[in-house]
Amino acid sequence: MNVRFCKATLAVSLLSLSVGCAAPARYDYTAYRANRPASIVVLPPLNKSMEVAASYGVLSRATAPLAEAGYYVLPVALVDETLKQNGLAMPDDMHNAPPTKLREVFGADAALYMEVTKYGATYAILASDVTVTANAKMIDLRSGDVLWAGSASASTAEQQSQSGGGLVGLLIVAVINQIINTVADDRSTQMAAITNQRLLGAGQLNGPLYGPRSPKYQSD
Amino acid sequence: MTISIKTALRAVAAPGILLLATACVQQPRPLYYWGGYQEQVYDYFKNAGGGFEKQIIALEADTEKARATGAQLPPGFHAHLGLLYAQVGKENQVIQQLETEKTLYPESAKYMDFLIARYSGSGEKK
Repeated sequence: MNVRFCKATLAVSLLSLSVGCAAPARYDYTAYRANRPASIVVLPPLNKSMEVAASYGVLSRATAPLAEAGYYVLPVALVDETLKQNGLAMPDDMHNAPPTKLREVFGADAALYMEVTKYGATYAILASDVTVTANAKMIDLRSGDVLWAGSASASTAEQQSQSGGGLVGLLIVAVINQIINTVADDRSTQMAAITNQRLLGAGQLNGPLYGPRSPKYQSD
Repeated sequence: MTISIKTALRAVAAPGILLLATACVQQPRPLYYWGGYQEQVYDYFKNAGGGFEKQIIALEADTEKARATGAQLPPGFHAHLGLLYAQVGKENQVIQQLETEKTLYPESAKYMDFLIARYSGSGEKK
């Protein structure tokens, strides 16, 4: 009885250990390496969050990580304007535009289709966090291949240290945070910047590869 | 005996510190000078139809700072500044910025030509 119990426990703990240690699956970069885009047009993200500002909050922070990764990123405000002038009023319409048409107008090698699922503050009694969650898919506009896809998230909750103060301290922090979070949308754009860095920055597990303008091009 | 421990410690510590120092140095250097570019892009979307003069002043200041340090401005910067000039009716400066974008980033040529044709055509503002 005892021995059997021990065996069972051991088996379970070994199993959980192996699950815990299993490395996350590596993204398959075959198509990415075969196509190697140099320029990327980022379409205004679809907004699946409750916040109206989400799409453009994330879009305005998408250029830096991709450009620092070594890509030419087409100017996002001009691209948005051009799409609107061509009768595509909403991100949903823009995402449905034929890739060949995008290639024709923007001359970009690849397009990035993003979706924001969480954006902005969530209110609770003890904590009020600002979270931004997004995913992205990179499509080659020359071949139509899916080059890469990923998702990432960032939250102010990561930064708030729970150091002392007890319940009263926590309540004060929560109230202050709620004030800050309502007054400024700065925190949302800050979180959007971190989310985009985690999502679109090169040199990290399952992230985009380095582009031609990076000294690390083809090193990954 | 104590001396040999000290020596051993020192031998271990030295490469340790060196490693630490290189770890700090190897922080990748940004390719571009970003200044307030992304904030201004967000402002442009947020205040659709306004605040262009203020955004132009901010980006012109970034241009000066980048020039002073010899840093390169990021992809899209000059084209975006051109868009702002177009919004306030400074047509000559629009084309100049779009041309600069094209020179710095030949990848943009096709789209810049499209925009140049559009903005230089009939002197229309939008």
